[in-house]
Amino acid sequence: MISENSPIILSVNDLTANVDGTQILKGMNLEIKAGEIHAIMGPNGSGKSTFSKILAGHPAYEVTGGEVSFLGQNLLELEPEDRARSGVFLAFQYPLEIPGVSNLDFLRVAYNSRQKHQGLEELDAFDFDELVQQKLDVVKMDAAFLHRSVNEGFSGGEKKRNEILQMALLEPKLGILDETDSGLDIDALKIVADGVNQLSNPDNATLMITHYQRLLNYVVPDYVHVMANGRIIRSGTKDLALELEERGYDWVLDEAAAGVA
Amino acid sequence: MTASVTSLVNQPYKYGFVTDIESDTIPAGLSEDVIRLISAKKNEPDFMLEFRLKAYRQWLKMDEPTWAEVGYAKIDYQKIVYYSAPKQQKKLNSLDEVDPTLLETFEKLGIPLSEQKRLSNVAVDAIFDSVSVATTFREKLFEAGVIFCSISEAMREYPELIRKYLGSVVPVGDNFFAALNAAVFTDGSFVYIPKGVACPMELSTYFRINNGDSGQFERTLIVAEEGSSVSYLEGCTAPMFDTNQLHAAVVELVALDDADIKYSTVQNWYAGDANGKGGIYNFVTKRGLCQGVNSKISWTQVETGSAITWKYPSCVLVGDNSVGEFYSVALTNNMQQADTGTKMVHVGKNTRSTIISKGISAGKSENSYRGLVKIGPKADGARNYSQCDSMLIGDTAGANTFPYIQVQNNTARVEHEASTSKIGEDQLFFFRQRGISAEDAISMMISGFCKDVFSQLPMEFAVEADRLLALKLEGSVG
Ligand SMILES: Nc1ncnc2c1ncn2[C@@H]1O[C@H](COP(=O)(O)OP(=O)(O)O)[C@@H](O)[C@H]1O
Ligand SMILES: [Mg+2]
Repeated sequence: MISENSPIILSVNDLTANVDGTQILKGMNLEIKAGEIHAIMGPNGSGKSTFSKILAGHPAYEVTGGEVSFLGQNLLELEPEDRARSGVFLAFQYPLEIPGVSNLDFLRVAYNSRQKHQGLEELDAFDFDELVQQKLDVVKMDAAFLHRSVNEGFSGGEKKRNEILQMALLEPKLGILDETDSGLDIDALKIVADGVNQLSNPDNATLMITHYQRLLNYVVPDYVHVMANGRIIRSGTKDLALELEERGYDWVLDEAAAGVA
Repeated sequence: MTASVTSLVNQPYKYGFVTDIESDTIPAGLSEDVIRLISAKKNEPDFMLEFRLKAYRQWLKMDEPTWAEVGYAKIDYQKIVYYSAPKQQKKLNSLDEVDPTLLETFEKLGIPLSEQKRLSNVAVDAIFDSVSVATTFREKLFEAGVIFCSISEAMREYPELIRKYLGSVVPVGDNFFAALNAAVFTDGSFVYIPKGVACPMELSTYFRINNGDSGQFERTLIVAEEGSSVSYLEGCTAPMFDTNQLHAAVVELVALDDADIKYSTVQNWYAGDANGKGGIYNFVTKRGLCQGVNSKISWTQVETGSAITWKYPSCVLVGDNSVGEFYSVALTNNMQQADTGTKMVHVGKNTRSTIISKGISAGKSENSYRGLVKIGPKADGARNYSQCDSMLIGDTAGANTFPYIQVQNNTARVEHEASTSKIGEDQLFFFRQRGISAEDAISMMISGFCKDVFSQLPMEFAVEADRLLALKLEGSVG
């Protein structure tokens, strides 16, 4: 539920950024309040993944201007791990495989890093096991996945579910899902969407990046933004997503171009 | 590669100090006279002098090998000092008589030798430059019938065993560096486990090079009689000099019927600085002979130091049903070069071998696995399984795999698997995005990568090895 008085979780002002000397973000503006679900849509190459990685602090991207505040603090001056521990979570478009590191160990170390950072109790292997069993239900994942190496040999859908499992454990204040729906069949999509809905509450916020409206039937956004060429060119409600589905992106791009001209 | 990856792999070497001690050092250079001098200083039986001279004469006719994937300036063998020993000539009756400076040196290296402080279940032979300075727990081992002493002592006290086994696995003319070693070796360890005895404690030799001009040529011989077993570990460090020191060792293992030898190495010689100046040339020949039926020899190595490493611990599986194993982690960073692997030579029936090799390359280093699996015509039912995995940290390091397979028996089964993985910016970012620091991320990925090898090390050393790798890599990823 959204209310005017909800605290602001993320506020992005005129953010510009480069990768390898090329400007990719050309003035992003976005405000997300607690309890809200936002969707960013837009054609391939418009800078959506870049934006999500910059929020998470990927070192390959260079912020050249603008501000990002997260829960009132300057997000841009935090190391990636501190952003994560403070509650920024990014579900990757292409989750990596990490051979040799068990999923369970990975989850426990991640969980305990956050606990420690927030001055909360770290869990031993035994207590953690109990916790993780409950979280498995969120994404209907089999416990056998815990004992395999992180994402190694997982199918596309299993990797995405594993991302949501990590999110369920880390309970972020801002969950950013980069194309979490892509490559999923309808059953997997429903499971992932159901997981996201379970995790959403009045104290946190979700930013979904997708270029299909399909996911938005299951996770209903409060706001939809269209991104093109490094900035948000239009914002609306979920009806905008339906309109995009029907008419494609060109008309928005044309209108934006006309508006700028 | 960004600064963070680099800074994570680069930690100062903490064993780089030099001990100031008066030593008995002969002038640099090699000749028959020098060999006679070494032999005389060591008070050896005559057959040893003959052994050395025979090796030297063969060495003179040999060429330095050039096939390995390593490059270095030509070594001037006349500039090397072949004998350097801390001055302390008289025979010691107890460890309390060892020069306190030496005891202190080993303590600083984490190898306490004195009665009160020594490791509880590990007997240590401590070798400083050319000679053994102390061997702990000798009496206790002797009660079990186990001989553990320096090879110099063994030549004087057990000449028959030495005459029978020395050079029996690695002949004097085996290769250029082995021949050089046979001519000039100054010390090393000798282990003899009698029939039916399971050695009651871990045995270990700790090698320390101190003199900047001396080479270290040690020779280790382990003989396990019928039905006996032993686990042996060697460790090594050296001070930091901006010149290179040559370390050309030979290790020979002999396992008779049903005997079991486990030989572990944690090699941390000085690797040179970040620009490749200084460091040890580690040119080593290690070979085990599974002479008896059902015998087993297992090599485990964790190679982290040296400017250049050239070594192939091997097993010759002669006895029927004998087993050879090779578990290796080789880590190179900065300008280090490693060309290492194993040879498994199957001669007897139903012989089995396992090779697990993990190469980790960071910085601008070069890391090659080179291995030979040879199945002889009589080795019916022989089996080999090899797995060679490479891990690249950053994107300026090199990794190669050279597996050679020769099969002369069609009942044999040989399997080879290989993989390459990478720790780069994206892998680290994934961990960091989940709140895990880059240091912890590297350590988790490296431990995971190495666990099949570390699990083979004796308990005390597995933890040590894990920590050593983490230290070596600190600063290398970004
Ligand atoms: N490392 C890089 N070097 C150069 N260009 C890049 C790099 N990464 C992304 N880009 C470019 O940035 C633009 C935005 O990419 P991305 O953020 O992945 O878009 P989206 O997620 O919206 O499809 C694309 O034109 C892409 O080619
Ligand atoms: Mg994308």
